[in-house]
Amino acid sequence: MQAFKNLHGKLLVLAQENVDTDQIIPARYLTTTRFDGLGEYLFADWRFDSDGNERADCVFNSTTAKQSPILVAGRNFGCGSSREHAPRALLDYGFRVVISSEIADIFRSNSLNVGLLPIILTADEHAQLLAMDGLEIAVDLQAQKIMIGDDVEFKFSTEAFSRHCLLMGMDRFDLLVDADDDIKAFEAGRAA
Amino acid sequence: MNEAKSLFQKLWDSHLVRPETAETPAMLYIDLHLVHEVTSPQGFDQLRARGIGMRRPDLTLATLDHSTPTAPPDANGDRPYATDAARNQVETLQKNCAEFGIELHGYESGHRGVVHVMGPELGATQPGMTVVCGDSHTSTHGAFGALAFGIGTTEVGHVLATQCLFQRKPRSMRISVNGKLAAGVSAKDLALHIIYQIGVNGGTGFAIEYAGESIRALEMEGRMTLCNMTIEAGARAGMVAPDEKTVEYLRGRQKAPTAELFEARAAQWLALATDEGATFDREVEIDASLIRPTITFGTDPGMSVAVTEIVPAAKNASAQRALDYMRVSAGKSLLGMPIDLVFIGSCTNGRISDLRVAADYLRGKKVAANVRMLVVPGSESVKRTAEAEGLQHVFIEAGAEWREPGCSMCLAMNGDTVPAGKISVSTSNRNFEGRQGAGARTMLASPLTAAACAVAGCVTDPCDSIASSEVA
Repeated sequence: MQAFKNLHGKLLVLAQENVDTDQIIPARYLTTTRFDGLGEYLFADWRFDSDGNERADCVFNSTTAKQSPILVAGRNFGCGSSREHAPRALLDYGFRVVISSEIADIFRSNSLNVGLLPIILTADEHAQLLAMDGLEIAVDLQAQKIMIGDDVEFKFSTEAFSRHCLLMGMDRFDLLVDADDDIKAFEAGRAA
Repeated sequence: MNEAKSLFQKLWDSHLVRPETAETPAMLYIDLHLVHEVTSPQGFDQLRARGIGMRRPDLTLATLDHSTPTAPPDANGDRPYATDAARNQVETLQKNCAEFGIELHGYESGHRGVVHVMGPELGATQPGMTVVCGDSHTSTHGAFGALAFGIGTTEVGHVLATQCLFQRKPRSMRISVNGKLAAGVSAKDLALHIIYQIGVNGGTGFAIEYAGESIRALEMEGRMTLCNMTIEAGARAGMVAPDEKTVEYLRGRQKAPTAELFEARAAQWLALATDEGATFDREVEIDASLIRPTITFGTDPGMSVAVTEIVPAAKNASAQRALDYMRVSAGKSLLGMPIDLVFIGSCTNGRISDLRVAADYLRGKKVAANVRMLVVPGSESVKRTAEAEGLQHVFIEAGAEWREPGCSMCLAMNGDTVPAGKISVSTSNRNFEGRQGAGARTMLASPLTAAACAVAGCVTDPCDSIASSEVA
């Protein structure tokens, strides 16, 4: 996993609530056996019409979208399917951070596993960001805060271990493999 | 100090390889890892990239369900995959299972099926277990008193390699359901009602236990339907305490223990029930007697009404977008709204009891001329049982299609799709925009309601005909 660096970037606002992972990447694109190139299918049914032409009214087709590493999404983003393809499609498209007032459990853990930072703000802070489409903000994971200009600062909280893994670019896989003695002891204890 | 423990607490405590601390999540041991073709290939690639073998292939069970065609193979045995990619995905799992020594229930097994139908059927899912799968509807297995939840593919790799996961303990919620479900009202209606009550995000961060007399009254397949839909309320895991029904369901199943060991295990399973006095972070009470056959009108499973009710006004722009997408109007009833497709199947409602309910309704009736109806058994075993009972004849004579087992039109990645703009009444679990095909409009309902709508050719109240047949 790539280490998460502090970043400055533009916000892209997607105000729709309850955006599910079938929207983020429709199931028909899940027949791949790889994870590369999924950005091409990000929000495919929103971005393209049935003839494959870009829809002008889709926020992901705006010039802002293509320069925005930060997605501000409506409440309960990422609900539905456990497909890890969803955070990976967002990453591949260029997003590094997803902000909402609520983020679905499995999507959030998948995001943390693949290096996409999910940030949960209070409803009030979230509402403020929803009105700031295109604005540039700074995200500091070390300090767990978002800075809007020089004056406004929103604090957020990321689970300690996940934050450490993100900052270090550290893979949980190796940590689990390194715990072999404990796993063996657990298995032996149950067999007894 | 309160020593009383909930079912969830007992399951959690008994699987801790390492307890959680402020700095690190718990390391949780996994008893059963279910694998299918869509979310596993990159997990196996992680093992190969690191030169690591699988820790416990003996605790792993695989099947083919999501990408598989539901039309039968041709005379040469060739299966009509939607795409070469789908075929490749299936063949990749076949190769991975051979390479790593995993038991695969493929086309020849006789037990292949939707992974959450197959696991319980084989007796692989047992009380007291932790069960994971790269699939959000893994919550289904909680019906047995297991801690069962969906994971991503990176985590699939973790479990393949170490049989463990890092997890923070979720908060606990108990949903107590009391009162008798009315005639024509099923576990699916109860599930939709609960999601409506607590909201599609109401369960976020929680593990849910379903308790109360209405839950005890449900058969195992109904409990599976209910636990299956838990993720649609935002909770990764839903569970029901094991009781005599659980024990009797498992007795004699292929992977269940036998003889004295079974009796010993059964006693342990029954002891998993939540202790008197155990506390929960949140308690919800539901009166089952008030629930009527329920149908969704929007694009998330929380947007539902009793079929006889009017569609409520949109509360915000997101809800209005859903009404516009579905082309339904607030303040109007759905009754009489023409439909195009009916889908009976999926890990929610593709079990034998679901097929029996639909067949009983359809016997001697015809699917309306404007409706295409697909019946997709949840597994080969469900299909065999249904055929032994002659249900396929009922479906075919009514004008429905009797298909091969698989996930099929629930998520429409195998070529079974609802055309753009068309309306489907579906026994599956998600009515998201485009879930059943780009532009498809999905209304979730029970097998009984779906069968009644198929005959009527429009949204209808299944209780109308139940009432009239009782009078006759």
